[in-house]
Amino acid sequence: MPSISLPVILASLGQVGSTVLYIALLTAVLEISLYLFFGKLLKHKHTIPIMLLTPAAVGLVLLVIYPILYEVALAFSNMSLRHFQNPTYGIIQGVNNFRTIFSQPVLKQANFFPIFLRTILWTVIQITCHVTFGLGLALLLNRKMVLRGLYRTLLIIPWAVPQVVATLAWRGEFNFEYGFINIFLRDLGLKPIQWKLHPFWNFVAVNITNIWLGIPFMMVILLGGLQSISHTYYEAADMDGAGPFSKFKNITLPLLKPIMTPAVVLGVIWTFNNFNVPYFINEYELETSDILVTALFRAAFEYNRFGFAAAFAFIIFFILLGFTLLYMKITKFDPGLEATRKKAA
Amino acid sequence: MKIKSFFRWFFFRAKGDSPFQRTVIHLVLIMACIIAVYPALRVFTVSIRPGNRILSTDLAIIPKDATFDSYRIVLFEKDFVRWLWNSLVITMATAAIGLILASTSAYAFSRWRFPGRTALLLFLLTTQMIPAAMLMVPIYILATKLGLINSWRGLVIAYSVSSVPFSIWILKGYYDTIPIELEQSAMIDGASRMQTFLRITLPLTAPALAIAFLFNFMTAWNDYLMARIILQQKEMLVWTLGLRHIQGQFQTQWGQFAAAALMVAVPVMTLFFYSSKWLISGLTLGAVKG
Repeated sequence: MPSISLPVILASLGQVGSTVLYIALLTAVLEISLYLFFGKLLKHKHTIPIMLLTPAAVGLVLLVIYPILYEVALAFSNMSLRHFQNPTYGIIQGVNNFRTIFSQPVLKQANFFPIFLRTILWTVIQITCHVTFGLGLALLLNRKMVLRGLYRTLLIIPWAVPQVVATLAWRGEFNFEYGFINIFLRDLGLKPIQWKLHPFWNFVAVNITNIWLGIPFMMVILLGGLQSISHTYYEAADMDGAGPFSKFKNITLPLLKPIMTPAVVLGVIWTFNNFNVPYFINEYELETSDILVTALFRAAFEYNRFGFAAAFAFIIFFILLGFTLLYMKITKFDPGLEATRKKAA
Repeated sequence: MKIKSFFRWFFFRAKGDSPFQRTVIHLVLIMACIIAVYPALRVFTVSIRPGNRILSTDLAIIPKDATFDSYRIVLFEKDFVRWLWNSLVITMATAAIGLILASTSAYAFSRWRFPGRTALLLFLLTTQMIPAAMLMVPIYILATKLGLINSWRGLVIAYSVSSVPFSIWILKGYYDTIPIELEQSAMIDGASRMQTFLRITLPLTAPALAIAFLFNFMTAWNDYLMARIILQQKEMLVWTLGLRHIQGQFQTQWGQFAAAALMVAVPVMTLFFYSSKWLISGLTLGAVKG
């Protein structure tokens, strides 16, 4: 028997459809009242943009701003499974939460700083490998040759596979007996590796998986950047007698920077926040493979320390914010707002 | 090979590579392709193994006694199709809601200069920096208190705005490229603001709308974390949770996992390759042009 039947189809359609209908109704009421208030009553000159912006704004307020404010409150509470209905809010609870993060184990044994350092190590390894291999492959693909399109398509495959599918497949391949890496090792006469039980090798396994997943994105973005660099620069450099290395350093890299900078910032944020890969590959929940985000998940949903987890989340957020601001300052990266500001002025 | 000529060979689109250089380049690329493709190919291999040989150390890509048994089991005896259907309905609904929200707001950002505009655009950019994992604790508790746990309703609401900021940036960039004179002439001919937007501007934005829809769709379709927090009943799962469920019973069901994984991945990959050009230009458009 197939698992799908008419009642199943109707049930999901009904629930999702009614939700959409409610949202549409609420939006209509909102729009009409905005129109009457700003358009008819105040005769405001920005009535239309207000009407256009409000639905998205309401959505973002409800689902981003309100949860963040609520999280601030949670960080100053002792909410946990035991105190779910009647948590106490207060400065003492907040100070307690933040102090606990740095003074006691975040999980069962792992402390904050080892996890933090591991997260940095993880991000550095990943970004270095993604950019190096991505740039190398992009430089190779940026040449006239046969089969270029085929290579490009095949190399993008790790990006095209849904991340959950790829990660779970890798999790299977790290099986001691039947995973292909260990089979290769055995065929070569080497000792197979305990990918899931040994702390060091588990961390290596997590890294292998994510390097495999992340190279194509960098490669494609950098290839796009390389292709937009005009030939005339290189020809002019040739005339001046510039060597290959100085051309790479003085033409390719600077002209690639506007593309590379946002890609690297995005890459760092994604890697730092990557949940699926470290969570799935770490089948036996070794605390030695956890990064900050997975530790946060476990603190919240396995140990049910909600107030503590909320405080923990803020620490993670500020680390990330600090990094982004620093990076933007160092590379003088402007997220395209200069142009907007000029137009608006 | 001297260092200097190595650099010339490696870093530049040389007009004529020597046969030796070409061979090396092709070898490197073939190696890279094997590394990229082999793990995916293994999933296919495992999916067509017969049930009694799922756990085998055989490395042949197509096993001798290949069979589609795993596919039959996954399609007709497991909840897999149901999970896929749940995902599809939820994802389509949220992608559509997200697109409507983003396309209207982006239009306002592109065509009007109102106080607080730059601040709002900057705010949208900042929301992209908030880790999804950071919001999961408050969203879980709020969903519990509102009775939205274990309902698709909660998931639809949670997904609908998740990619709105990114879509607004893409669409605003695209609206900016459409000449305002086009709209003005339509309004001189007597079209209302609304008609101009719906009849003139939106159709011209179709490529960007497609990118934004696809992006919304992919974000929700591939999500695991939010679904994991909100859905708990087995019949209600979306495919990401379902796949994790099958994979959890690794020893017995590796073949079924592989078959299911392949059936999810192939349509998504087709869509991805079909649209990758747009997706990439959209990604760089938002970053470079603003």
